[in-house]
Amino acid sequence: MEIHKLTVREMRGLIKDKKVSAVELTQAMFDRIAEIDWKINSYITLLKDEALMRAREVQERIDKGKAKSALSAVPMAVKDNICTRGIKTTCASKMLENFVPPYDATVVKKLYLEDSVLLGKLNMDEFAMGSSTENSYLKITRNPWDLERVSGGSSGGDAAAVAAGLTGFALGSDTGGSIRQSAAFCGVVGIKPTYGAVSRFGLVAFASSLDQIGAVARDVTDCALVLNTITGYDSMDSTSAKVEYPDYTGALINDVRGIKVGIPKEYIGQGTNPEVKKAVLDAVEILRRLGAECEEFSLPMTEYAIPAYYIISSAEASSNFARYDGIRYGYRAENYSNLLDLYKKTRSEGFGTEVKRRIILGTYFLSEGYYDAYYKKALKVRTLIRKDFDDAFKKYDVVLGPTTPTTAFKIGEKRDNPLKMYLGDTYTVSANIAGLPALSIPCGFDSNNLPIGLQLIGRHFDEKTLLRVSYAFEQNTGFHKIKTGVRA
Amino acid sequence: MKISKDTVNHVANLARLELIEEEKERFILDMEKIISYFDKLSNLDTSEIKPTEHVIPITNVFRDDKVCNSYDREMMLMNAPSKEKGCFKVPKIME
Repeated sequence: MEIHKLTVREMRGLIKDKKVSAVELTQAMFDRIAEIDWKINSYITLLKDEALMRAREVQERIDKGKAKSALSAVPMAVKDNICTRGIKTTCASKMLENFVPPYDATVVKKLYLEDSVLLGKLNMDEFAMGSSTENSYLKITRNPWDLERVSGGSSGGDAAAVAAGLTGFALGSDTGGSIRQSAAFCGVVGIKPTYGAVSRFGLVAFASSLDQIGAVARDVTDCALVLNTITGYDSMDSTSAKVEYPDYTGALINDVRGIKVGIPKEYIGQGTNPEVKKAVLDAVEILRRLGAECEEFSLPMTEYAIPAYYIISSAEASSNFARYDGIRYGYRAENYSNLLDLYKKTRSEGFGTEVKRRIILGTYFLSEGYYDAYYKKALKVRTLIRKDFDDAFKKYDVVLGPTTPTTAFKIGEKRDNPLKMYLGDTYTVSANIAGLPALSIPCGFDSNNLPIGLQLIGRHFDEKTLLRVSYAFEQNTGFHKIKTGVRA
Repeated sequence: MKISKDTVNHVANLARLELIEEEKERFILDMEKIISYFDKLSNLDTSEIKPTEHVIPITNVFRDDKVCNSYDREMMLMNAPSKEKGCFKVPKIME
């Protein structure tokens, strides 16, 4: 039985029916990881002994009639910028290479309470800065569909591990598209919830007004199951939203009649690869046939999203990263002459090139003489982008388009051109800027057999509509069932 | 948009970073390209627009002034590169 191809729901079914034990399931995952992950490099840290011990504990609880939740005994993996107590959390950076958090992130605590089994920590772009996982200090994660290509970023480890069957589901973070873009490149489902819906306590901060933790899984149902656990108000996060959080599985209805879908013209223009555009338009046709009302419209602020995003995120990052000073945790330079020198050497030696680039850009945008023209301007443009979407949601329930302009590019292809790398985020950043929920689902393949992702953006706290439309699309197509052929 | 070496030096200093000469050349080229592209924001008239800092309306998120949540000191010091007598040890600050 190819256990690694199963969805979370299917794994739970086998556990409930006593066809497989928690230990057998966990062992099967590690066997698969040992067989395959040397080719893909999705994991930074593996926790085999701990996971098997935990699986034994969970099985005991199951045998006593406990541990019955939707995620009990399900193997999970977590992006390495989410704190796990007692377990190295490196953010794929030299700066935190040996950092062991003294506390668990809220989302990790919640998943432990559901009796999920943590397999390990996943690779990413250093400090979540990047769109290819090539910026990891430790290793590059390869795309399971074509090992010469990137798995996307910054949650490349997440998406690759889920696509290759190296975990049941994964927790990632998304600041400008990190979950959705990687999910699109690897042919899996990735969701970024509404800003404030998932606690950021324990997520190593990159850009505090944009960061969100989300889920990567093999289908929409699995994402809904994870969302049920990770969403919710948390007093430890001052940006956590005190709203009603529903049972997201209630949204899994195969019916989109009357749902209004808007497709921004700017998302399917010249900037998008023709095969990607065709897959998206085919998806629109399918939704139309299923009864959704689809039409094109204009989102005029689209071309300003990348500058606004990179100015805001770099500025917030430059401020957040001031904490890496070699004093309380993390890397410290060995040779320095005084305190200022300690700071400079620690930070210059501890951070990679892209991180330094963003910190310098961010500091520049916040510095005297440039603050108004850049940072303040970007915050005003943020208001305009928000209004663009508010207007759209007066007419439509969902804004739909490609997740990315292209499919996965080759490793090294964009390495020397940071601006080109940034522009690949054009369709994903707006959801972070406006705080809207968004997800990516597989909708086809290009002529190189690379996955194409369809992105849906919804109103604040309306994850249910996104799940509903994606679920209906999934049930009527089946792209999520096509698995990669990665062999030992 | 030209960026001078002085500007990069100044900003790097503010950010407590030091770049080696080769890095600096590369950074300047990249920064000029990136910032030139970002200058397109000046095409937008935002004179009447208020900036958005938070996407959800939140103000003054406080908790009750009660003592709770104390972490173990040894645990908090575990990741410190240098420590002594239950404190983080730092280089001399004052001459």
